[in-house]
Amino acid sequence: MTAVPISATAPKPKGGFKITPSVMIWPAMLYLILTTQVPFFMTIYYSFFRYNLVEPDRRPFIGFSNYVGLLTDSDNLKVLLNSMILTAGTLILTLILGGGLALLLNRSFPGRGFVRSVLMSSFLIMPLVTAVVFKNMLLNPVFGFFSWLVKSLGGTPIDFLSAYPMATIIGMVTWEWTPFAMLILLTGLQSLPDDQIEAARLDGASPLQEFRYVVLPHWTQALEVVVLLETINVLQVFGEIYASTSGGPGVATTNLPYFIYQKAFAEYNIGVASAAGVITVVLTNILAIFLLRMISKNVSPGGH
Amino acid sequence: MKSLAALLTAALALGNAQAASTITIATVNNPDMVTMQKLTPEFNKLYPDINVKWVVLPENELRQKITLDVASGAGSFDVATVGAYEVPIWAKNGWLDPLTPAFAKNPDIAKSYNVNDIIPGVRNALTIGGQLYAVPFYAESSMTYYNKDLFKKAGVTMPVNPTWTQIEGFASKVNDPKNGVYGICLRGLPGWGENMAVFSTVANTFGGRWYDNDWKPQLDSPAWKNAMTFYVNLIKKYGPPGATSNGFTENLTLMSQGKCGMWVDATVAAGLLSDPSSSKIVNSVGFANAPTGPGTPRGNHWYWSWNLAIPKSSKQEDAAFKFITWATSKDYIALVAKTKGTWAAVPPGTRTSTYSNPQYKKAAGAFSSLVQKAISSADVTKATKDPVPYTGIQYVAIPEFQALGTQVGQYLAGAISGQTTIDQALNQAQAAAQKVAKEGGYQK
Repeated sequence: MTAVPISATAPKPKGGFKITPSVMIWPAMLYLILTTQVPFFMTIYYSFFRYNLVEPDRRPFIGFSNYVGLLTDSDNLKVLLNSMILTAGTLILTLILGGGLALLLNRSFPGRGFVRSVLMSSFLIMPLVTAVVFKNMLLNPVFGFFSWLVKSLGGTPIDFLSAYPMATIIGMVTWEWTPFAMLILLTGLQSLPDDQIEAARLDGASPLQEFRYVVLPHWTQALEVVVLLETINVLQVFGEIYASTSGGPGVATTNLPYFIYQKAFAEYNIGVASAAGVITVVLTNILAIFLLRMISKNVSPGGH
Repeated sequence: MKSLAALLTAALALGNAQAASTITIATVNNPDMVTMQKLTPEFNKLYPDINVKWVVLPENELRQKITLDVASGAGSFDVATVGAYEVPIWAKNGWLDPLTPAFAKNPDIAKSYNVNDIIPGVRNALTIGGQLYAVPFYAESSMTYYNKDLFKKAGVTMPVNPTWTQIEGFASKVNDPKNGVYGICLRGLPGWGENMAVFSTVANTFGGRWYDNDWKPQLDSPAWKNAMTFYVNLIKKYGPPGATSNGFTENLTLMSQGKCGMWVDATVAAGLLSDPSSSKIVNSVGFANAPTGPGTPRGNHWYWSWNLAIPKSSKQEDAAFKFITWATSKDYIALVAKTKGTWAAVPPGTRTSTYSNPQYKKAAGAFSSLVQKAISSADVTKATKDPVPYTGIQYVAIPEFQALGTQVGQYLAGAISGQTTIDQALNQAQAAAQKVAKEGGYQK
């Protein structure tokens, strides 16, 4: 398929306007700009005002006060940390669990397809449903399944959501995202040529060495994809927190999206919520650029 | 052209002649409101030309939806369910239609409705600048519920006017976690309308207040510290595990399953605990006044009402007015009694005539006088030991309180679950209250 050059004999439209490919892109670009950039600039605009829906008559311009207020409140530092802990914790756990499961599923055994589908299922459940099921049916300290289990074994049930709130949320999100990591890592494994493994075994490599020097280098790209996609997705976790702990107890499980939601819809403080939104966009972009650089550096020739 | 004009006039004339109109009603998913929704066909018997659409949501979500809608003037709702805290604030913002002119315009409705039958305190809370801005669907205060069987087993008796110190003593005797029985159930779920509603009454009666007359926050005062220490320890020692996820609904479930020795909460629960279809402890539930603390008897029981109002942005004021006067009328209350088969299940706390009705006295005798006294003695202007610049018992009637109360509720939950110490929680709360007073321009 070669590009067909526009014939030189075609009559030139008046005014020197030529329909080139870049002109054809513009309608789509305009649409994108309207739907994504206009709201973003409005958000930036609102972030410079004291704008609370409950007080319709007081909307003065206050410059960077919303930003200063956000960045100087020590509580908000905790929110930022929570976001990081949640993302990092989930990433580490899903990589370990997903990687382990991928290694197991990489062998052929009867019923493999079925097992893979079953392991996938937790990824397909909606976040809100996951949270409600965990909170009420499993973790409830009075009538939840786990507490019944512990009681019948003669122990005292722990109230996970108030004693270890962050760990519990990480557990929930890990439960949801492990299959995602597993699938991508499994795909990575299946593209590993058998002759490499055979060669390693012939050379007398122990299983550990085999994993360390053959499987892991081959996995790098798949790992990077998992890290990038999961980071961007887990940073935005909201439903699990909303339905299970409401960001509490205290601010123990308030992450950035939940914090913005609270400011906008519980306090009706559009100004502060906008400022927090802008800060979040900036932070996410820095993180994404950093991760993308890391990946593109390794994918480019001579990277590995 | 002429024919078009004729058509237009004909259409206008038709429009005046009772065209069918549709109203959208936003309300809370509390049992009483769900009953109201189920009774819509009865409303249509009286007004066949008004179609009713419902939006029914949990309290927090509903509040958000209505506030956003009314503040932005979107006009999705013709009838909004509005709490006692919001009515004065929203009326001042010009978000609600005053109802006094509507009553003047509809003398028939005004006569059968009889605004003077509404309990004076309830009516005053909804009257701003001499105009009525909402009509009460039900009103409530708070009181103490206890399980007589568990009390007998523990060998203790509940007085009519318990103190918090006595309550702690009873809780320690009744507490039996091995058998799934807890001394006391109290709200721990964060929210200004959840744990802070109960805790604010404790703080009041321990002698605390949110602000002094110069709007200096008083949350790091000894009174608040004693109150919070007491509340946190009570729940930790004698409450069910996971109290920070329990709000009104969760505690109602625990109490009606016979898992709690005591429960201090909304008077509305009295009817629900006495209803065999939802409660296992109908015969063993006992009632007492809300506990008082060592500081002052004032402000130990709250005041709250859910009311129906018409947002300014509604285009169907007439139809909406017909609905709200129907749903809060004497006839509606009788209708609920007939449908439910018991007078104990009617929306309480709104009309003097309900409490003088012999059938109601018979059905709700165990608690009706307690509830009526609690509602009529709850004074939003005298709820604290020391003078304050605000009104409200379990809330501070300023627009910023939803945010502040919820934030402090989060800190309280943090202290209950042991995430923070009580001192840390109080310092955080004090800082948040200071921020509100300063940014809101209350501190001079």
